[in-house]
Amino acid sequence: MALQPKSKPVDSALATGRRGWLSRLWRGSGGWHPTQQNEAYLFLLPSLAGLLVFTALPIVAALALSLVRWNLVGAPVFVGPANYVELLTRDDAFRKAFWNTLYFVVTIVPLQLAIGLALAVALNQALRGIKIYRVIYFMPVVTSIVAAALVFQWMFNRDFGVLSALIWKLGEWTGGAITPPDWLNSTVWAKPAIVLLTLWKNVGFTLVIYLAGLQAVPQELYDAATVDGASGWQRFRNITLPLISPTTFFLLVIQMIGAFQLFSEPFVMSRGQGGPAQATLTLVFYVYQNAFRFGNMGKAAAIAWVLFVFIFVCTLVQNRLQRRWVHYEAGEV
Amino acid sequence: MSAPSLASAEPRPPLRPLHLLLHLVLICGSVAMLLPFVWMLSTSLKTPPQIFTYPPVWIPNPIAWENYRTTVSVMPFGRFYLNSLIVATSITVLQLLTSSLAAFAFARLRFRGRNVLFLLYLATLMIPFQVTMLPNFILMRYLSWFDTYQALILPPAFSAFSTFLLRQYFLGIPLDLDEAARIDGASSFRIWWRIVLPLSGPVLAALTIFVFLNNWNDFLWPLVITDSIEMRTLPVGLSVLQGQHSVRWNLLMAGSVIAMLPVLVVYIVGQKWFIQGFTMSGLGGR
Repeated sequence: MALQPKSKPVDSALATGRRGWLSRLWRGSGGWHPTQQNEAYLFLLPSLAGLLVFTALPIVAALALSLVRWNLVGAPVFVGPANYVELLTRDDAFRKAFWNTLYFVVTIVPLQLAIGLALAVALNQALRGIKIYRVIYFMPVVTSIVAAALVFQWMFNRDFGVLSALIWKLGEWTGGAITPPDWLNSTVWAKPAIVLLTLWKNVGFTLVIYLAGLQAVPQELYDAATVDGASGWQRFRNITLPLISPTTFFLLVIQMIGAFQLFSEPFVMSRGQGGPAQATLTLVFYVYQNAFRFGNMGKAAAIAWVLFVFIFVCTLVQNRLQRRWVHYEAGEV
Repeated sequence: MSAPSLASAEPRPPLRPLHLLLHLVLICGSVAMLLPFVWMLSTSLKTPPQIFTYPPVWIPNPIAWENYRTTVSVMPFGRFYLNSLIVATSITVLQLLTSSLAAFAFARLRFRGRNVLFLLYLATLMIPFQVTMLPNFILMRYLSWFDTYQALILPPAFSAFSTFLLRQYFLGIPLDLDEAARIDGASSFRIWWRIVLPLSGPVLAALTIFVFLNNWNDFLWPLVITDSIEMRTLPVGLSVLQGQHSVRWNLLMAGSVIAMLPVLVVYIVGQKWFIQGFTMSGLGGR
């Protein structure tokens, strides 16, 4: 960089003098170049405009939309809170979708965290082959969810799917005590099939994030604990878990939000139907059905808003609860 | 590297049986991870009678390469590819450009309302796409953009998350560099282009991979905003194939291989960057 200052006034007083009332309007804090104000807004403009048009205003528009009845043709009819009333009092499909979604959240999230952490700890201890394992476990994360769901749908095929074949084999050894369910056509087993798919798909992500957290835990702590005669389990319980709790919290919130928004997996695995007797209908799936199949935009928006509020509340609750179990003192990644 | 520390790298004697057990668990897990890929590939090369056999065979005999030709002839996968490529690339470029400009303003410029605006950005992070999807859909129809590239590209092209992530990173670059450049008469734009961006290589690479892959694999928005077969992206095209040939598993699996393979190949070659990309994007969002 040349050390020749160009003939631009760097003195802010000079610049202010030239700009008069405008610069007083723009004046920021503490001896900064007032032109930075205008520049900053220029820098922000594209991103801010885009976010306003495609995110901030639509959220308000969605609220307005949830108060009308409209099938995209003709004029919207204002119905007030009727859509919400209908959902919360006499819409069986909504109730089903709600409980299904909750089922997915409370099964996927803990399993995902537990398996991911167990694998990460194992990988961190195994010393050898960590690279290869990591590549393999992360592979499903980069795949297309639609392709993955198709493959699982085929694997879960009762008569010719490879998973059913494995269970038939087990059945032979146990003398016919175990037979595979008709996974995707069973009201009981369709949901676990989807849970298995999401675990396979995402456990690599959980594992990789946990691994980053584990590798930030200082080895000295383990050494000191070993000297004090702590067992392996005690070391895990009293050092590892507290120190990676910020990672756990992050993953918990991310996975929870993801599970609430489950759509592609049930959509593809049920061929767009929502499973036998709506067993795999999720809230987002129901939003999709109402908006694009039943021509019920208002109701779809109302469901989306209920989901939004629900996610928001759950995230706030998690945020409250984190004070009790998340340690930020040390080892922050 | 400093001199080797006194504490040895391996404080406890290696427990052989434990390690064996760990590897056993990890290998079982790896098999479970890889099995669907193998099953997909195997099925994609089977003739119809081989698909419906019990017990299932893993090695197809004869190998039905023509499944791929058939799949590509019943569905224009080339077109799907092109669409996915256009859409994911455009979104990534636009998102990195707009987010890095905004992040620069938030991290390195002072202006009135900076904190309020940043809070607004943080607030939009909380909004699930499914809620804004419906008004966006209506807006696109109103603009007569339904079933066009603009509709596929523009709504996802602006991201509070990317802005937030880049801002976190930009804050770590010494401000003295800007000061010195300003004394030399450089404009903010020049500082952004010549100083801040070149010093942000790792986070830009991470975000590029993250954003590209997410949009390459995105399903819901392309599904609702496109209609004609020539505007479909890969995942949507695959689900259309499923709708039309729901029991021709060899074709469905061939389609899945076609959809997965390029990403998998690129991933195997550059796995380090992929994993880094997700880790950085993941943890940066805290």
